[in-house]
Amino acid sequence: MTADEIRAETGSYDKFPVGLRVLAVDDDPICLKLLETLLRKCQYHVTTTSQARMALEMLRENKDRFDLVISDVVMPDMDGFKLLELVGLEMDLPVIMLSANSDPKLVMKGVTHGACDYLVKPIRIEELSNIWQHVIRRKKPDSNSQNKSTAPDKANQANGGGTGTSQVGNPNQNGKLNRKRKDDEDESDDNGLENEDPATQKKPRVVWSIELHRKFVAAVNQLGIEKAVPKRILDMMNVEGLTRENVASHLQKYRLYLKRISSVATRQANMAAALGIKDSPFMRMSSFDGLGDFPTLAGSGRFANAALSPYTTRLNSPAGVNLRSLTPTLIQPNVAQNYSNSISALGKIHPAISAASQNASLFREIPSSLELNPLQQSGCTTGIGNFNSMNDTRILTASSTFKGPRAAVGSSSNSLIPAPNNPMVQHGDSQLTLNGGEFENQSSLSMVPFNSEPYNIGVNCSSNFPDNGKYNETWQSANQLPKLQSISLLSTDPFHGQIALNRVRDNNSSNDPQLHYNLLDISSTTMVSASLEDSREVQCQEGMVGNVLQNMSQPPNQGWGEQKQNYNHTSNNAFDSLNSHIPSNGIASPLGQGLNQNSGIFNGKMDMFSSGQSNEVASTLMQQNEIEISTAESRMRSNDNFLFEQTKLQGGFVPQIYHSLDDLMNVMIKRV
Amino acid sequence: MEVVGQLQKQYVDFITSLFREAYLDDQYVQLQKLQDDSNPEFVVEVVSIFFEDSEKLLNDLASSLLVSISLFWVFILCLRPSLLLMVVLFFLLFLFQLYSQQQVVDFKKVDGYVHQFKGSSSSVGAQRVKNACVTLRNFCEEKNLDGCSRYLNLVKQEFYLVKNKLETLLRMEQQILQAGGTVPLLEQVPLLWKQ
Repeated sequence: MTADEIRAETGSYDKFPVGLRVLAVDDDPICLKLLETLLRKCQYHVTTTSQARMALEMLRENKDRFDLVISDVVMPDMDGFKLLELVGLEMDLPVIMLSANSDPKLVMKGVTHGACDYLVKPIRIEELSNIWQHVIRRKKPDSNSQNKSTAPDKANQANGGGTGTSQVGNPNQNGKLNRKRKDDEDESDDNGLENEDPATQKKPRVVWSIELHRKFVAAVNQLGIEKAVPKRILDMMNVEGLTRENVASHLQKYRLYLKRISSVATRQANMAAALGIKDSPFMRMSSFDGLGDFPTLAGSGRFANAALSPYTTRLNSPAGVNLRSLTPTLIQPNVAQNYSNSISALGKIHPAISAASQNASLFREIPSSLELNPLQQSGCTTGIGNFNSMNDTRILTASSTFKGPRAAVGSSSNSLIPAPNNPMVQHGDSQLTLNGGEFENQSSLSMVPFNSEPYNIGVNCSSNFPDNGKYNETWQSANQLPKLQSISLLSTDPFHGQIALNRVRDNNSSNDPQLHYNLLDISSTTMVSASLEDSREVQCQEGMVGNVLQNMSQPPNQGWGEQKQNYNHTSNNAFDSLNSHIPSNGIASPLGQGLNQNSGIFNGKMDMFSSGQSNEVASTLMQQNEIEISTAESRMRSNDNFLFEQTKLQGGFVPQIYHSLDDLMNVMIKRV
Repeated sequence: MEVVGQLQKQYVDFITSLFREAYLDDQYVQLQKLQDDSNPEFVVEVVSIFFEDSEKLLNDLASSLLVSISLFWVFILCLRPSLLLMVVLFFLLFLFQLYSQQQVVDFKKVDGYVHQFKGSSSSVGAQRVKNACVTLRNFCEEKNLDGCSRYLNLVKQEFYLVKNKLETLLRMEQQILQAGGTVPLLEQVPLLWKQ
């Protein structure tokens, strides 16, 4: 019976919280019995279980069945905090923790895990009679008007005035932590601002959805990167509910991202070539439509490298050095191919990006080149333009990386690259720009392809990248990615990676624009390595990184000397963050195969990549990849657009390349 | 009715003494309050569950603390060595036991049991048991095996004591009810005895 029904029965709306449906979980039979009786005394509806798993099943089976969960902390089959997290995450119900231990640390832990309240045994009836407030609080946005009128509290009972939000347990309530519901709620509003009354609760986080970000980027481009000030951007975007502060912080992140891109771009150029083969995983990622902005970028994997380069500054220089060593092995031809493939597929690779010169200087130029690059597709260019305006150096690096590969590739006889690169570059650029500052690591790009196949990188990431050619869109739609995914994807940058990971873990970051950045931030090694196999979030990141790495490694094998170096450098940086997590197998294969038919090269590349952080990992990866390369190749091709772009770009990891990566890879593969 | 009156008086005296001696605390009064027409046997039910569960818990506790001392002795006895040898062996084993006890005891596990016991005893209102548990837990945290075993004994002792008292109390309640009276409820434990 729902509270509504009860109310109907009693014929009065004042009976709330009578009938509140509570689920009580405690392994101690005495406490459970006591709890049950106490709750019944408060006229609540109680369901008890001593097994946490059973409780979860009950909750999952019908989300609407309960309004509130009370759970013990110490339980034999599952940790109470874990249950708390799961319930909060999946069902968004208020959870009250219960324990005989009143240690403040535990209380803190409960709070940080999202508990509404923490009660100490033995429980008193007075404490329980108040628990309905948590339910109301959760539903506040919906039932504000109703509740307010009756709010006066009747600590003890049933006659509390709240109207009954019988739907209290309704999963659609607008909790602040309403990540899951975001999709339901936020249709109209691009930026995903929660619809709650901001005045009554703390300011909800702004979610930078793809569209929102697109608007933002467009505004920035229009104003010019240097002249883009938050106020003007805000005015131009003309989005309701967005504040200048939101825009300002997003702008900052975007700038950082661009910077990162540009520095990565140089490396990307090298790596891109090598990675050409591996682009598929990345590509996939890039084509990840649903992913947050960055994931798409990440998809391009290569971009990750590119992205990495911008971050190079931040990342350990040793990584860069290592990358350099790796770059030689970058397979430029592959990259070229990949690029071309990806470019064609994606059609949006910024030429500049693809050409991502391995030289930072090249990269620097790229911003302009990106913009100007005729090859760049219109869609991409916009992105690139934004880039440039935002952060010249960054963009440049990013774009330059793309260019570099092009140039490098060209020099090394990759005629393919220029052409494919362009689109890729464009693509990448746009990607980059889209991603904003945080997209430091194209990792997000890599993530995209990564997800495509076996890897379920960041689950969301991969799933969202079905389509290579849409990097831009995906990129922008990246926002839609579950936050978690985005986080994982982006983690290229160690910093971001961390953030991303944290975000993911917290499950709170869904609305955080940072996430998007993180998505792109492939640098986080975690993405690369473990992400593939593990939790989506982690996987995404790792996978992406791995993909990036792979992609990068591939191109180097092509023998693009300098480019490789740069590429390596960038990739190193990118991978630095990846470090040990480089998902060897998963990533390697798709990358390797797609990009580089030479497993050897791949290995080399991997080595290069890993040098930054985990040489061994890279080499291991590479070796593993070799085997997987063949299998991955096919995958890579498909997803590769993104990756290819990157590889092509040779380090100009243009995040946007993800689409083009696939192309690149295809191209490269063909060539090979 | 005199009988009832008398029984009731006895009851009140008894329960008051229990409170005074901290065998029971206010939580028990809460339990009594929860008992009503819709739930007439609530206290009895809860207390029975408490007894059952606690026995089991205490057994687990004891076994986790005991380690495998006995094994050594059994082994020794089986060997039937000469007297001198036996003495030496005993000595050695004794030392070994001391050593092994430290190693084998899983304090975390013990802590878990104690935590649970603390929770259940506090839910029922068995104050002394709860306090003993708290001290025992401290020893566990310090990994003080000696303190742990000592306090485990104390906890056990307290438990059996309170079990006894509660059984008596419940019996008295039954008597009153059978005699046709109602069980007098202490509205609250006198402040003096509240802790």
